[in-house]
Amino acid sequence: MGIIRLFALAAGLGVAMPLGALAQQSTPEPSLQSTADHSKFEILNKPFASGPEVTEACLSCHNQADDQVKMHSIHFDWDYEHPETGQKLGKRNVINSFCGSVAGNEPRCTSCHAGYGWTDMNQPPPQEANAVDCLVCHDRSANYTKLATGAGHPPMEAKGTTITGAKAWAVDLTKAAQSVGMPGRDNCGNCHFYGGGGDNVKHGDLSSALYNPSHDVDVHMSAKEDGGEGMTCSTCHASEEHAWAGSRYNVEAADTTGTGKPGEHRYSASCQSCHGTEPHPVTLKGVKLNDHTDKLACQTCHIPSFARGGVPTKTLWDWSTAGKLDKDGKPISEDGFVSSTGKHLHTYLSTKGNFEYGEDVTPYYAWFDGQVEYSTIDRKIDPTQTVEVNSINGHPGQPDSRIWPFKRMEGRQAYDVENKNLVYTHVWGPKTDTAFWTNFDWAKAIDAGMKAAKQPYSGKFDFVDTYMYWPITHMVAPSEQAVECEECHAKDGRMQNIAGIFMPGTDTNSWIGILGKLLVLGALAGVLMHGALRLFTGKKGTHHD
Amino acid sequence: MTKRFVKVYPRFERLWHWMQVLLIMALLFTGLGLNGVHSVIPFGPAVMLHTIAALALLTLWIFATFWLFTTGTWKQFIPKIEGMIEVAKFYAYGVFSGQEHPYKKIFWRKHNPLQAATYFGLKWFVFPAIWVSGVLYLTYNFWGQGAQIITIVANIHLLAAYVIAAFVIVHVYLLTVGHGFRSHVRPMLTGYDEVDLTPEQLAYLEQNEPDRLLPAE
Repeated sequence: MGIIRLFALAAGLGVAMPLGALAQQSTPEPSLQSTADHSKFEILNKPFASGPEVTEACLSCHNQADDQVKMHSIHFDWDYEHPETGQKLGKRNVINSFCGSVAGNEPRCTSCHAGYGWTDMNQPPPQEANAVDCLVCHDRSANYTKLATGAGHPPMEAKGTTITGAKAWAVDLTKAAQSVGMPGRDNCGNCHFYGGGGDNVKHGDLSSALYNPSHDVDVHMSAKEDGGEGMTCSTCHASEEHAWAGSRYNVEAADTTGTGKPGEHRYSASCQSCHGTEPHPVTLKGVKLNDHTDKLACQTCHIPSFARGGVPTKTLWDWSTAGKLDKDGKPISEDGFVSSTGKHLHTYLSTKGNFEYGEDVTPYYAWFDGQVEYSTIDRKIDPTQTVEVNSINGHPGQPDSRIWPFKRMEGRQAYDVENKNLVYTHVWGPKTDTAFWTNFDWAKAIDAGMKAAKQPYSGKFDFVDTYMYWPITHMVAPSEQAVECEECHAKDGRMQNIAGIFMPGTDTNSWIGILGKLLVLGALAGVLMHGALRLFTGKKGTHHD
Repeated sequence: MTKRFVKVYPRFERLWHWMQVLLIMALLFTGLGLNGVHSVIPFGPAVMLHTIAALALLTLWIFATFWLFTTGTWKQFIPKIEGMIEVAKFYAYGVFSGQEHPYKKIFWRKHNPLQAATYFGLKWFVFPAIWVSGVLYLTYNFWGQGAQIITIVANIHLLAAYVIAAFVIVHVYLLTVGHGFRSHVRPMLTGYDEVDLTPEQLAYLEQNEPDRLLPAE
């Protein structure tokens, strides 16, 4: 292999060879031409009173679907046992630096559950066959949605808000059921773009901008007319029995397999699974860029910044300031941030504390082998330092580690002073006398949250600074907008905090550099003095004839 | 002894020299940029220019090495101690009192002993150091692992580059000494330089290689 690459280096001397590195393969788009027209099925041609009724109709033909979703999909279980660390992860278990935890706030948080009626995190999700929500992923009428506080159920009347924060409407379940097809961006995005309680709050690289992005925001998801590929989420996130490729707990940080054999099913959502392991063309430049793939993730160069396309992401959330009320005892709010599209965003809310936002944010870079550990209840924290809500593993020199871009979320959140762990908080009640968003009393809210999660609590809490890391992998920019060489190969470049790599151009004053400069300056000084002496003595040494 | 203008630098040697000037200047300039000394050219284009110039120079050197050994010119570059002290003394103080350069360019020896020693050092140590380290640097990903070995390679490359830069400075300055800058550069352009010829040498050239002699003034 090395010989071939060496040959390629020689052959590629400045001449682009027609052999493109991007493997020629047809990209399967979600099939729009199913062999079945669902609007003609009799069983779907009737009024439905609830989501579960629709699911029953689906299962009358798709008789394995509920089992697949329940058995295989993290969308349903929200439970993940990490194969490397053994840690219990998944939304059921983790604490984050946004709304904190699902436990204690179920019907609000489980509004995005791919099922119906999950109201207690101490129990697994409802196991009835019709508790699976088929429509949330397969409705193609854009008519289906879920109520923000309904534990996954759709609004059946125009009351309340939906999971995207829109005013709710009475969902036409018949229309939705007859429209079903493969998931589009809206099916995934209506939940995933709004994680953390609002548009792009959580991820930074997943926002409503991706419903219909321009080419410079996302080369894959932008329309073909705009130079893009018109892909949906599941074009990359390949599925196998309702389980999808791509995980934030156990990331495929370094795919060295590449495209696989022609026609082979793809189980990976990695860049390499389509673009191959040597994606740049066989030119002098391309070979040099391919040289970088043993150290860098593709995303590191090809996603120069996140939160592009006009939707800011939350970069700081300070819970410790929450609870301030005006003189009448009413909650207050400040709108101190204006987005590039002119949208005003909260910078303070009595319910949630202080926020900061960013657009076109330069990522934080770190070595990453794909393994993520969480400071959930089973991990002691050191409150004298900034606590990593999730810590990313990875080391220079490890074959499975690459330098990855991250959104590094800054937080300040509650912890148990004696037991030294982050706490579960009961923020959404809304009618309990312990919910923070109604009563503004941390002591009660934490106590109730810990009880809901069935965890021990000393009763003493304080706030601690936190970091939370979100791998950046969406919003791939056109190649001409990729990170330029000099943005890293320079003093104080993007990689200045990265250990274990040799980076030309970052340290011109190493001791060899200084020695060399002294040598050149010495030579210059020498000849100048020699020349000056010649002028001074009047003997230029220019004659002897 | 007769002073005559004799062709001492054949066409290939002159081409070699000036190509080398061009490429080494390009390499020094882009290389200093890559090292972070300046940022006149962005890093990416600088890498491409540096690599292309380096590969061109290596090719030139392969031709030059072949030429040196097939023509026997390599002997010109073997240093001799004899006369070296005199040349050194001349540059150190003789030059200030208007002394003549102690070395007379002769027919079969175009470098003075100090020059020959310098070129010997350049050709046997500094140039190999820069191209061996450069080739290792360029192909690092095909053989290397870890940051330590590449740091060593890069530092050898950098130090050799600075030595070459210092050489260029002194080399250009010394052209101004003696007969002066123009008369020193002219032979490398035209190929002809004034050389003391013995009657036998003159007779040999007139008889066998008349093209190498310019007509006597």
